Amino acid sequence: MNVFDIIGPVMIGPSSSHTAGAVRLGRIALKLLGERAVRAEIGLSGSFAETYRGHGTDKALVAGIMGLHSDDDRIRRSLELAEETGLSVTISETQIPGAHPNTARIALTGASGARMELQGSSVGGGNVLITSINGMAVSFTGQYNTILVRHLDKPGAIAAVTQFMAGSGVNIGNFRLSRERRGGEALMTIEVDGDVSDSLMSALRGLPPVQQAVLIRAM
Amino acid sequence: MLEYRSISELCGRAEEENRRISELVLADQAAQLELPAEELFRRMERRIEVMESAVAAGLDPELRSASGLTGGDAAKMWAYAAGGGVCGGTVCRAIARAIAVSENNAAMGRVVAAPTAGSCGILPGTVVSLLSEGRCSREAAVMSLFTAGAFGMVIAARATIAGAEGGCQAECGSAAAMAAAAVVELMGGSPGQCADACAMAIKNQLGLVCDPVAGLVEIPCIKRNAAGVTTAFCAAEMALAGIRSKIPADECIDAMRAVGESMPSALRETARGGLAATPTGERLREQVFGVSK
Repeated sequence: MNVFDIIGPVMIGPSSSHTAGAVRLGRIALKLLGERAVRAEIGLSGSFAETYRGHGTDKALVAGIMGLHSDDDRIRRSLELAEETGLSVTISETQIPGAHPNTARIALTGASGARMELQGSSVGGGNVLITSINGMAVSFTGQYNTILVRHLDKPGAIAAVTQFMAGSGVNIGNFRLSRERRGGEALMTIEVDGDVSDSLMSALRGLPPVQQAVLIRAM
Repeated sequence: MLEYRSISELCGRAEEENRRISELVLADQAAQLELPAEELFRRMERRIEVMESAVAAGLDPELRSASGLTGGDAAKMWAYAAGGGVCGGTVCRAIARAIAVSENNAAMGRVVAAPTAGSCGILPGTVVSLLSEGRCSREAAVMSLFTAGAFGMVIAARATIAGAEGGCQAECGSAAAMAAAAVVELMGGSPGQCADACAMAIKNQLGLVCDPVAGLVEIPCIKRNAAGVTTAFCAAEMALAGIRSKIPADECIDAMRAVGESMPSALRETARGGLAATPTGERLREQVFGVSK
């Protein structure tokens, strides 16, 4: 903890779990989509479903999907902004059994037709927990720099990525593999210590088994 | 390196080195974050600017929250302050600034969480007030936030600054304690007087519950920010007058932690007790979210 955690962050109200955390969920979804979103289907569960209108959670999620940061004062008019910029938004209330009270499911369609789906929760103080990406179970908080690597499930894929990272001097703090089925699409969630450079990310994307590599920077 | 686990350690070090707490903290944080002190100063100055903008935005009489429950009261208080009120213009305008920032937060405006969004009006109500009223230099106001932040770090380490864990005493109570210390430093008080002001502010808000109507950061949060400002000024005035806290600040913080731990969950941000559970509180919740829950 440092002095700016107490006198800060600079944020958009009314609360870090309903604004900053929700913006962050939207931004992570956008990052995974990898292009401008033209359609967003948002399902809200638990307390998010019951209270999003009063807290402006819907506005915060949409702002994140448009790439706004959590201290951007355009968040309060993000729904109008979405309409103006050609992002169609539907919001529905849903029940996700066993999920954290503040949970959202975000399905995005991009300008060139790409699709992604994410489930995540705002767990307090602007922190998030992502629990599912494209139907695959994951678990990361975004408190560390997190690299998500989508690849085909075949021998040597993990070794190729981790050996490359070892060679680049990046220390892995946490590693998790999720896959839809044997031989199908798979996802590595790699939390690392320290900074990750753009050049490392583009080199990672060039490795043969890697289909997509995305860096979610720590808060 | 400072550990920020004890107010007495913090004040002892400042008095030993014959420096203001803010100077000690700025130098320490620069070392810990491995950044130049000037960079940290600029970052804190930017926070003062956000606080000033939040005051200005919140004074708009047309401002309303997303729920429609609050807004416009800061403008009323500001207009009333022109007449001097009971406590004088300075205190009335300080209350107006605290309400303004809190209302701006409820209306999805930009604020500095200090230490939280729910208590974001108290440091602007005190420090920005002294700055705007010409009672201190801009540089001193920025520096005083390092003192406030250091006191907040100790409170967070020994107790909590989350309403869900410790009730409102942990949010508005902590903010008032931090502000009291900052005000004492701004008015030329000693590190020991900062500690006494912190202790007295905590004592006067011990046991305050977190009971937001409809779970929204509005009722009673906005008015508790106003009250936090007067608590901070009251504690600072007593400390500057030479009144000592009979219970040391660290022990007050420990007591706050113990009180928070013994608070039932209905009174810790769950919106199931206190004002949230009153007939009017329930009715307002239904007005915003509908009948079923």
